[in-house]
Amino acid sequence: MDLQTLTYIVVGITFALYIGIAFWARAGSTSEFYVAGGGIHPVANGMATAADWMSAASFISMAGLIAFFGYGGSVFLMGWTGGYVLLAMLLAPYLRKYGKFTVPEFIGDRYYSRAARIVAVICLIVASVTYVIGQMKGIGVAFSRFLQVGYETGLLVGMGIVFVYAVMGGMKGITYTQIAQYCVLILAYTIPAIFISIHLTGNPIPQLGLGSTLSGTDTFLLDRLDQVVTELGFAEYTTSKRLSTLNTFVYTLSLMIGTAGLPHVIIRFFTVTKVSDARKSAGWALVFITILYTTAPAVAAMARLNLHQTIEPAPGEYLSYEARPQWFKNWEVTGLLQFEDKNGDGKILYTANAETNEMVKVDRDIMVLANPEIARLPNWVIALVAAGGLAAALSTAAGLLLAISSAISHDLLKGVFMPDIDEKQELMASRVAMAGAIALAGYLGFNPPDFAAGTVALAFGLAASSIFPVLMMGIFTKSINKEGAISGMVAGITVTLLYVFQHTGIMFVASTSYLGDMSPNWFFGIEPNAFGAVGALVNFVVAFAVSKVTAPPPDHIQHMVEDIRIPAGAGDATGH
Amino acid sequence: MTDNNSDMRRAYWQANVKLMLVLLVIWFVISYVCGILLVDALNSIRIGGYKLGFWFAQQGSMYGFVAIIFFYSHRMAALDRKFGVND
Repeated sequence: MDLQTLTYIVVGITFALYIGIAFWARAGSTSEFYVAGGGIHPVANGMATAADWMSAASFISMAGLIAFFGYGGSVFLMGWTGGYVLLAMLLAPYLRKYGKFTVPEFIGDRYYSRAARIVAVICLIVASVTYVIGQMKGIGVAFSRFLQVGYETGLLVGMGIVFVYAVMGGMKGITYTQIAQYCVLILAYTIPAIFISIHLTGNPIPQLGLGSTLSGTDTFLLDRLDQVVTELGFAEYTTSKRLSTLNTFVYTLSLMIGTAGLPHVIIRFFTVTKVSDARKSAGWALVFITILYTTAPAVAAMARLNLHQTIEPAPGEYLSYEARPQWFKNWEVTGLLQFEDKNGDGKILYTANAETNEMVKVDRDIMVLANPEIARLPNWVIALVAAGGLAAALSTAAGLLLAISSAISHDLLKGVFMPDIDEKQELMASRVAMAGAIALAGYLGFNPPDFAAGTVALAFGLAASSIFPVLMMGIFTKSINKEGAISGMVAGITVTLLYVFQHTGIMFVASTSYLGDMSPNWFFGIEPNAFGAVGALVNFVVAFAVSKVTAPPPDHIQHMVEDIRIPAGAGDATGH
Repeated sequence: MTDNNSDMRRAYWQANVKLMLVLLVIWFVISYVCGILLVDALNSIRIGGYKLGFWFAQQGSMYGFVAIIFFYSHRMAALDRKFGVND
């Protein structure tokens, strides 16, 4: 059967599965819509969180980034996983104890202020919408490439699928769908990795294969890779750094606290039964994430080695362009791989020297997608990778859309503007808000703003600088008051946005960039994507300073803080 | 709330914060210290095909994070029972 038919069948089966699950798990109450009724098992919730949080960027782009940055790509690995430690110890159990539906609701109650709640809603929506644009773009690109339809059609199909299962099932439908999506995406990621690892090293476990010797030799894979890339003039794979140590440090920290502050991840911990389950669930989420995240470096190194060895099978013997393999031709068609015969000898010369390098374009994103073809795996594996990429983008988009719609229906409508609506009306409002959020995300997918490529990192920066600090201070101090919290959030998100804007333009219009996207103008050499940690620091400092000079929080708030620190009584908190 | 009760709560919270701080130090050491700050020095040590600093950055720190969360979860469950505050 040809690849195209197989892809249609595999992707079709997975979609039928998601929609079937959504129909079976449709929500009947606001509690089911917002927090899946609060009765999800910690392992199941961990799996859903993993799918929710691993986006198209993790699935498709991360291994490619590591393949070309080598050691420098580690910031993504440590940054994106280390945040779960913070989540498990600093936020998840306490927010679960408090037992409300949304993040802004906690902020509004803890800081006894409707204004704080509204500021939190704005920060949440800015961070989530920024993030969802990237996902919609990923959905459109993935659908169009694999189903051979236009980008617009691909995006419309994706929106339709998300609409059906997210609007109907709410959190309950999304949770069970995400469990299925996790299974699809992890199989799609690990199966090609296992085959490539066996092929190169004879070891079926990619995590061990990365540290093993190449089949039939006693040279270690990483040593060979270091040697191959340095001979061509690239930086050594295992030690190559990206920018300064300080920048690496701050970037890792930004991704960590950004992860811990992402609202669509935090609300996942409201869905388990007990406080102790929230802690366990964070652990399980990280187990499921780590399966992919420890495989990614192996995929990266092996793909890079495969690429170089295809082009230069023996030292000085370059592959003739006529003899290029089928996967090379397939990716040339997409424009993501480009060859230009500069010296006219008909052979492919790939070096780090821009003057003589004839591989004029090797897009990082092809690394994961082309891997099964490079390893000559059967067509059904290639079809499965397509389904996996779509699962990653769809699950994250659905989680984000739920966070946005619950902020609108629960925090703005029920919480501020129309407190008198009953549960049935609120449920209706959340479905309308969800539909509206999908329409907005779709619109932004059709007309992506200039900054679409960098949106994921920016979303983490915004979450890091606004939401994480205010939640943490709300739990770990009794002295931060509403004035402190509001000015902290505003200061943190403003500083981060302005820093990004000054290098990329106001609202990302490049002509308004007043300092230019130049590293000499970076504050201590910190790149804009890494600025969330500095924004968070500003948030903490401003919140403490303002709280010091204004009236302390009232007694009942101080009791409330004491209460959320104790797990006992969490059952009562859910009886709302 | 009796004084006894609030003493108990304070002791529970102090035990929690102490455990958390110890684990955050480990979290910091395996990622920021071993994976970033001392990476070059550790790279002179090898385990199998891995340079140690590179291993911490791309494999070891993540295994460590998983271990930290399960250890925390396990110890906190014991503390919850000891202080009688489990839910």
